[in-house]
Amino acid sequence: MAARKPAAKAAAIPNVAKDDLLQYYRDMLLIRRFEEKAGQLYGMGLIGGFCHLYIGQEAVVVGLEAAASKGDKRVTSYRDHGHMLACGMDPKGVMAELTGREGGYSKGKGGSMHMFSREKHFYGGHGIVAAQVPIGAGLAFADKYLGNDRVTFTYFGDGAANQGQVYETYNMAELWDLPCVFVIENNQYAMGTSTKRSTKSPSYWERGAAYGIEGEEVDGMDVLAVKDAGQRAVEYCRSGKGPYILEVKTYRYRGHSMSDPAKYRTRDEVQKMREERDCIEHVRQLLLTGEHASEDDLKSIDKEIKEIVNESAEFAKESPEPDLSELWTDIYADELPQGEPEEAA
Amino acid sequence: MATEILMPALSPTMEEGTLAKWLVKEGDEVASGDILAEIETDKATMEFEAVDEGTIGKILVPEGSEGVKVNTAIAVLLDEGESVDDVTDAAPVDDAKPAADEARGAAPEKTPARVADEHPTPQPDSSPDWPEGTEMVQQTVREALRDAMAEEMRRDDHVFVMGEEVAEYNGAYKITQGMLDEFGDKRVIDTPITEHGFTGIGVGAAFGGLRPIVEFMTFNFAMQAIDQIINSAAKTLYMSGGQMGCPIVFRGPNGAAARVGAQHSQDYAAWYASVPGLKVVQPYSASDAKGLLKTAIRDPNPVIFLENEILYGKTFDVPKLDDFTVPFGKARIWREGDDVTIVSWGIGMTYAMDAAEKLAEEGISAEVIDLRTLRPVDYDAILASVMKTNRCVTVEEGFPVASFSDHLASTIMQRAFDYLDAPVVTCTGKDVPMPYAANLEKLALTSTTEVIEAVKQVTYR
Ligand SMILES: Cc1ncc(C[n+]2csc(CCOP(=O)(O)OP(=O)(O)O)c2C)c(N)n1
Ligand SMILES: [Mg+2]
Repeated sequence: MAARKPAAKAAAIPNVAKDDLLQYYRDMLLIRRFEEKAGQLYGMGLIGGFCHLYIGQEAVVVGLEAAASKGDKRVTSYRDHGHMLACGMDPKGVMAELTGREGGYSKGKGGSMHMFSREKHFYGGHGIVAAQVPIGAGLAFADKYLGNDRVTFTYFGDGAANQGQVYETYNMAELWDLPCVFVIENNQYAMGTSTKRSTKSPSYWERGAAYGIEGEEVDGMDVLAVKDAGQRAVEYCRSGKGPYILEVKTYRYRGHSMSDPAKYRTRDEVQKMREERDCIEHVRQLLLTGEHASEDDLKSIDKEIKEIVNESAEFAKESPEPDLSELWTDIYADELPQGEPEEAA
Repeated sequence: MATEILMPALSPTMEEGTLAKWLVKEGDEVASGDILAEIETDKATMEFEAVDEGTIGKILVPEGSEGVKVNTAIAVLLDEGESVDDVTDAAPVDDAKPAADEARGAAPEKTPARVADEHPTPQPDSSPDWPEGTEMVQQTVREALRDAMAEEMRRDDHVFVMGEEVAEYNGAYKITQGMLDEFGDKRVIDTPITEHGFTGIGVGAAFGGLRPIVEFMTFNFAMQAIDQIINSAAKTLYMSGGQMGCPIVFRGPNGAAARVGAQHSQDYAAWYASVPGLKVVQPYSASDAKGLLKTAIRDPNPVIFLENEILYGKTFDVPKLDDFTVPFGKARIWREGDDVTIVSWGIGMTYAMDAAEKLAEEGISAEVIDLRTLRPVDYDAILASVMKTNRCVTVEEGFPVASFSDHLASTIMQRAFDYLDAPVVTCTGKDVPMPYAANLEKLALTSTTEVIEAVKQVTYR
């Protein structure tokens, strides 16, 4: 089986349209600022429980969303804020879910780890490590059964990649040629356990070979490389050849969740990634050196994004807590929404 | 504008902490991500990072301070061009945000009533399951189950069945006999032996708009998949605020068969019946197997459909109707009686009916209620009957501790206490793993004799 070698380093001056580049910059920045704000609100006691920030990993979802088409689906773990923003969910609704308010995507009943949007084909938000993997394959199964050409992006972590159900799923996904892109977000840690301490074999994507699944490793700090690989994967799946694995090498800057003292890695290690490999800084430099944008242009984008995030925080503070009667609703459905959800304009 | 830096909550339970050490001093410029201070929480020492950029204008809480409440202003951050003088009267120290305290949960004054308590007087639905005069045919439970699936698959092409040996082998217990021939391998799907994985795929397919029927060779093996059943299938509607449901049926034989030992003999009814978000069906007769399975397949929620290997071959009357369904949450009264109410479901009904027959010979008139579904459960039928007979015996094959019978006994105690002339007696399996030896296995299950004894106990005979 011809698995791919890691993609060659992106050329110095990548072949990418200015508008696309600006869009990636915006999308990644929105996630970062949103997450920083969420961290703040957590610190103020407005967000409770577990809250897993995506800071550092923004290029992964932004790059892959750039490779997705209308109607494609996505499903991920509890570290899900970035995925939701990247697929176009409203920051207000996401933030208000974090604060547990009526205006949240799940009316305050799901929380940070459990949000969904039929409209945006976002299928969660799953708190059980790796549970989303067969679910993602199941979504792909449904699309294949229905005979459309949609693809499902199934995201999971390096920690999740050691769960048995991942391999049960690989087997069936390849056996049944399911149009599923398995995206391993290898941020090198599962809580406090580095991949070196949890995993004997050095690369996760290569495990697909045992099931006949093609795949590759991707530089997850480079949004263009992610998009490139994403396009290859999507094309492969859409053409009916079955699943594809992308192991995206990335890094989370913050603790696992808000209460992680992060003693398992050095400050220097984090600092080095931030200074040398930051995905937003990377695009910023491309924009500046390519003369696609001036410092002032970027400043005004920063300002716009800050406003969007501040508005979402205001909304999330002002939206009321759910009515007490909500305790007893949504346990059983009387009927399900029929047919395909409408794509927002 | 100058902003206050507040003492952060750094864990789900933190209310105050020690400001162990400042890593910046007044006048320092900081950028997002720089560490400002070390803070000791109830769990650990954490580094506290700057979110905004600016200059540290003033430190309000010195290092070494203990018991600093969350949300206390601990420093002032200045924007470009500002000076400390601009903020001389900064930061009333204990101006904790009220929202935070509220969010941390003063208990609501009054919780809404529980749904089950809403109607104090039971109003059982005693309408017949089929019109009078309907022609009946004799069918085994096995045939009835197959017909139910086949009829629903003809009716809705989103319905498909998957599981181990369901297609080419025609089902390990021959429930899917002939279905591959009729519907083809797109809709009757043999899976590898990977319960956890194919259950999750089923759940995903349901999220994606299909209506899967997942067959477990037996429910003992569904233990490998129980996470997907409970955490993914049952809870998603609630966690999504009603947006995303999971219309799926998990079915297969459950409980003791004959001489297959501890790992193949457990009755899981009580486990699943304890989970909000699931519906749980445990039919006894062939007509119920058929009518309830058709209802299960059409239901927009995840349904656990618990069959029984011993019942598969039993024959019952089934109404000959084009589209026969049985609603959930409606018990069936198999025998009317005045002296005692026997409540059972699934294979427990064989003991209940046998005992009632024998008790009648002794002049004891038992009312036998088949619950048919455990979630929703027809409390009204049970309570109305108990209010009439004043005595109740329950019959099931599950383990006795935290059994569904216990739940019924407690409900009857709470809602019909004044009507009871004797404590509710529960006949269940014994509190042991299922033994293999024939005589021990028999002893481990409940029996007609036990039911008769229980009835005599509550009727003081
Ligand atoms: C089945 C299960 N086991 C343990 C946990 C607790 N837990 C939550 S996240 C996590 C680490 C997962 O790491 P990884 O898959 O690498 O994802 P990341 O957090 O890095 O995004 C653990 C052990 C869980 N939620 N579910
Ligand atoms: Mg990880």
